[in-house]
Amino acid sequence: MTEEIHRIRLRVNGVEHEVAVPARRLLSDALRHDLGLTGTHVGCEHGVCGACTILVDGAPMRSCLTFAVSAAGSELTTVEGLARPDGSLGPVQQAFRECHGLQCGFCTPGFLTTITAGLAENPDPTEDEARDMVAGNLCRCTGYQNIVKAVCRAAEIAREDRDSA
Amino acid sequence: MSAKLVGAKVQRVEDDRFVRGNGRYVDDVAPDALHAAVLRSPHAHARILSIDVDAVLDLDGVHAVWTHEDLEGAMAEPLPLLIPHPTLTHGRTQYALAKDEVNHVGEAIAFVVATDRYVAEDALARIVVDYELLPAVVGIEAARAADLLVHEDVPGNVAATTEQSNGDAPAAIAAAPHRLALDLQIERSACMPMEGRGVVARWDPDQGRLQVWSSTQTSTGVRAAVAAKLGLDLGQVDVITPDVGGGFGVKIVHPWPEELLVPLAAQRLGRAVKFTEDRREHFISSAHERAQVHHVEVGFDDDGRVLGLDVRFWHDHGAYTPYGLIVPIITSTQLLGPYKPGAYRVRFDSLYTNTVIVTPYRGAGRPQGCFVMERTMDAIAAELGMDRAEVRAANFIQPDEFPYDHGLIFQDGRELEYDSGDYPAMLEKIKELVDWDGFPAFREQQAALGKRVGLGLACYVEGTGVGPYEGAHVHIETSGKVKVATGLTTQGQGHQTAFAQIVADELGVRFEDVEITTGDTRRMPYAVGTFASRAAVMSGSAIHLAAKRTKEKALRIAADALEADVEDLEIVDGVVSVKGTESSIPLGTIAVLSNPLRYAFDEASKAATQFNVGDPDKPPVAEDDEPGLEGKDFYSPPRSTFASGMHAVIVETDVDTAEIRILKYAVVHDCGHLINPMIVEGQIHGGVAQGVGGALYERMAYDESGQLLNASFMDFLMPYVTEVPTSIEIDHLETPSPLNPLGIKGAGEAGVIPGSAAFAAAIEDAERAVSPTFGITAMPISPSELFALRAAHVPHAQEPK
Amino acid sequence: MKPAPFDYVRPGSLGEALQALAGHPEAKVLAGGQSLVPLLSMRLAAPAVLVDINGLPDLDHVRADADGVRIGALARHAQVLRDPDVARVQPLVPLALADVAHATIRNRGTTVGSLVHADAAAEMPMVLRLLDGSVDVVGPQGRRTIAADDLYVGPLESSLHHDEIAVEAFFPALAGGSGVAFEEIARRHGDYAMCGVAAVVAVEDGRVVSARAGYLSVSDVPAVVDLTEALDGETTPAALARAADAALAVLEPETDIHATADYRAHLARVLTARVVTAAHQHARQHARQEQS
Repeated sequence: MTEEIHRIRLRVNGVEHEVAVPARRLLSDALRHDLGLTGTHVGCEHGVCGACTILVDGAPMRSCLTFAVSAAGSELTTVEGLARPDGSLGPVQQAFRECHGLQCGFCTPGFLTTITAGLAENPDPTEDEARDMVAGNLCRCTGYQNIVKAVCRAAEIAREDRDSA
Repeated sequence: MSAKLVGAKVQRVEDDRFVRGNGRYVDDVAPDALHAAVLRSPHAHARILSIDVDAVLDLDGVHAVWTHEDLEGAMAEPLPLLIPHPTLTHGRTQYALAKDEVNHVGEAIAFVVATDRYVAEDALARIVVDYELLPAVVGIEAARAADLLVHEDVPGNVAATTEQSNGDAPAAIAAAPHRLALDLQIERSACMPMEGRGVVARWDPDQGRLQVWSSTQTSTGVRAAVAAKLGLDLGQVDVITPDVGGGFGVKIVHPWPEELLVPLAAQRLGRAVKFTEDRREHFISSAHERAQVHHVEVGFDDDGRVLGLDVRFWHDHGAYTPYGLIVPIITSTQLLGPYKPGAYRVRFDSLYTNTVIVTPYRGAGRPQGCFVMERTMDAIAAELGMDRAEVRAANFIQPDEFPYDHGLIFQDGRELEYDSGDYPAMLEKIKELVDWDGFPAFREQQAALGKRVGLGLACYVEGTGVGPYEGAHVHIETSGKVKVATGLTTQGQGHQTAFAQIVADELGVRFEDVEITTGDTRRMPYAVGTFASRAAVMSGSAIHLAAKRTKEKALRIAADALEADVEDLEIVDGVVSVKGTESSIPLGTIAVLSNPLRYAFDEASKAATQFNVGDPDKPPVAEDDEPGLEGKDFYSPPRSTFASGMHAVIVETDVDTAEIRILKYAVVHDCGHLINPMIVEGQIHGGVAQGVGGALYERMAYDESGQLLNASFMDFLMPYVTEVPTSIEIDHLETPSPLNPLGIKGAGEAGVIPGSAAFAAAIEDAERAVSPTFGITAMPISPSELFALRAAHVPHAQEPK
Repeated sequence: MKPAPFDYVRPGSLGEALQALAGHPEAKVLAGGQSLVPLLSMRLAAPAVLVDINGLPDLDHVRADADGVRIGALARHAQVLRDPDVARVQPLVPLALADVAHATIRNRGTTVGSLVHADAAAEMPMVLRLLDGSVDVVGPQGRRTIAADDLYVGPLESSLHHDEIAVEAFFPALAGGSGVAFEEIARRHGDYAMCGVAAVVAVEDGRVVSARAGYLSVSDVPAVVDLTEALDGETTPAALARAADAALAVLEPETDIHATADYRAHLARVLTARVVTAAHQHARQHARQEQS
């Protein structure tokens, strides 16, 4: 039995890629193994942990709960796409570093994408809203204390950016 | 002189790559590798009658399918029993692939290598195994009853019976004015790092060398195990541990079956091979911890002083004992915490069950011991009508009693001798932090609002930095950059930052010029591993010593070059200068001078020509010298250093729904001198969250047939941000360890240890306000269980036993 | 944890989609996939064909008018939750949607998909039954409307035929003088509830003239109980206790690893009182607003 291979175009971080995948290839695997974008991590493959969260047309979604073939035609953003155009760290990335919002770093990409979208929707979150923003992502290292701080700090950095722009 | 970095909140150098998605975890390397998958037993206990792999052979993309029959020599023998112990009379370990029998759901039976993981799983689905089902032994009660046996040749399901004592505890209890007996238990949980296990191997036929990448807590351990099992010389095997997505203990176990099978496949197939464990596999084929049942008898005086403590407990170690008795030995010794009972006896049985193996999970037996000791302290306070903090204070080892020898043997085979600490001062700090004295007023105020609140306190002592040793190698390159290697591994603790702080301080170089490598046997082949809160103590000390040696050599050469006395030299920002003069030489230039080469390559070499070093009457490299500006050293302490801490928590137990809400969480922590307080606090935060998980959410739900009912993140309830305290108040106490040059103690496990003890106390305290007979003897506790306990302790229907 | 192989069809029209389903008795429809994909990855389901309807036109609508809320098969939970008209016309829909899993799942998961997944522990099937809503399905025989009461026939089992596709759900508008409330208790925030209760209460002159409650996770199909008689016009503690008794006479909570049957029953009792009280209050508020 040979599996049908689908040639699809995936647009990731502004770059168009053509990949040939079987229908069952999870988007998380296509990103990691077909495109070599290993920043997206796989922690549970059943949609609970959030490590694989990427932005699909700007909205955070679980790449392990999506097939690559279904993602063709969407604009995908992974952690590799969160830096500023000049290559320096984006506000959420910078805030995580400043606030010690990560330890082993495995869950981090899913938090960064989720918060990036969250702050786009709510640029000035309260601490409770910050908590709510990351309520669907598991982290086993940090106890979330500094992640919540990082959300607030990222909002602050983004505000400073806007003010200076 | 630049400010000292040790002790400062230095931002982590690791983070830049992590936040960019540029971390390198095992599954990220070798994109061309074949992928392995493992057929695992669906039954908890069965004999394997036959395995038919024929249907796999005509599946496109399958490169290998093996069962035990395909293994030879040492690979066909049981896996090593890593830590033998004289009382472990019936130790048993599994095979890399099951031979004739399986003893837990998830045990490896067959191994497939295919083009990708999808095809490998297709292949697994085609393997047909004929089983003869055997009845399963699940839970401590069933194991103790021993009506059924896990291993036919292990009577009573008992792998070990161990006893230690100091004084005559039964006699002391019998003679005590007050006596209590308690029955307590704690259920299973697990480390659950976000990244599961993983291993990649490449065989280089040209060199006859094997390169293994493993998500492990000990690369040197994996190296030795792979070499031994595959019949290779140690020198043919390199093990690299790249970024690791969390460990918390489970990844210290080695070799896992896949850690041997993947290298063997790489060698046999001549291709890179990768195994990436999925989440379900992690639940059923890695390791769990915590399940114990305790019976405590205690005798005490009118002031609550413990005169005799006699503890009997039963430890569920699962189907096999690869990690020996480490967990129950730690429980049996660290149960004592900061207290000094007049006499102590502890006995335990380590029991087989048809469940996943039990090996250390952050805390490693201490959460159970702490739970038992602290429940006992609370029971004494209740019995005497005393303040719970006062009972504890009455039992503390006093600051002037250190070093304090408990008269017992610790997990490392050395005396259980506490090196330093100040428990009374710590108690004062935690009482202040949580407002212990103000709590009765707060309780009253909440009661007026119809709310039920409680306060709990738990104290612990943790032996950290166990030996035998760690080493470090420091190399200053001609560029002035400092390359440091230590052999133990890193799983998120920020070693690249903390160790660089130590080096920068000791060598007088810029922090940015220091690069730390961990867990690469090519760079440091002598190492033990990252566990038991030992990395900072062991490798931190070794790095300090190696940097010191390097500095001595640098100063010796600089003194020669600058024609000055060593005592007159100082190193600032990587430049050695004669104090108070313009005369100076960069460390990079000293590195050139240290290595009398025939050839010059770079500017540093040219710059060095202005200096003249060495004795022209001696050979270019003197007899007692070596080329290169390097230093290597090892740190090996006589025994562990003992960190300590106290946690206090205030909870609200919902009057209607029995939901448990955390209102305040306070931590006082003593790990000696802090290298990087930011990292230490991060470790505490993470530990507290795992403590919350272990106390209120997480358990392994096995049914009576040995099926794990919650082998997913849907049903194994690790806390999200919504389940942890909104803030954790932390205060530090620093009683330096006299056992190492930096005065440090381990901090990695501390946060998790008193969780169950503190929550049990707080919930009990909340409920006792309305129901005096209410008691908590088992953890974790869910709202459903609290509801059931309330029903059993309704005040108007009380029937005290 | 990787899915078994399947054939993949991404039809461009409803007709093609129906054809694909009709041609493959083992085909499954893929919309949001948030419940389906984990089942596939764990190989608990292995359909021969997946019919991905995400490319179908005109199915992502959310429309609210005086009659109620119409939600197309490709409308994501998040889209419905954000819609201010939905909240105005039938506030129970967003109240319940806010507790469907986590935000990230709601960005992809579809409300109609959740309805036909027919999980008695899920919020939206219960809400559909409580509100007497319906689902429109299209099959080889054309379009038909299935009333919520006829939709849920067993645990995780709906009356949809294999060759049919659910295209739209209808949640009737909140009637005048009525109020709603919803509350659930889960182990962790975002988990399936151990118990959840929604209520619709209608008042006349402040007295309860009708009250119904829907229950999550305490029965094997989404359960709705009429509490009107038990309340007898009031929401006094005694009336609420009678209402809870009436509900528990119907409900069949079961024990699992997260909660005992007794505890779930207890939660049903507590939550019945809470949501009926809250819905009653909401109804009075609503009635006052209508008068003014």
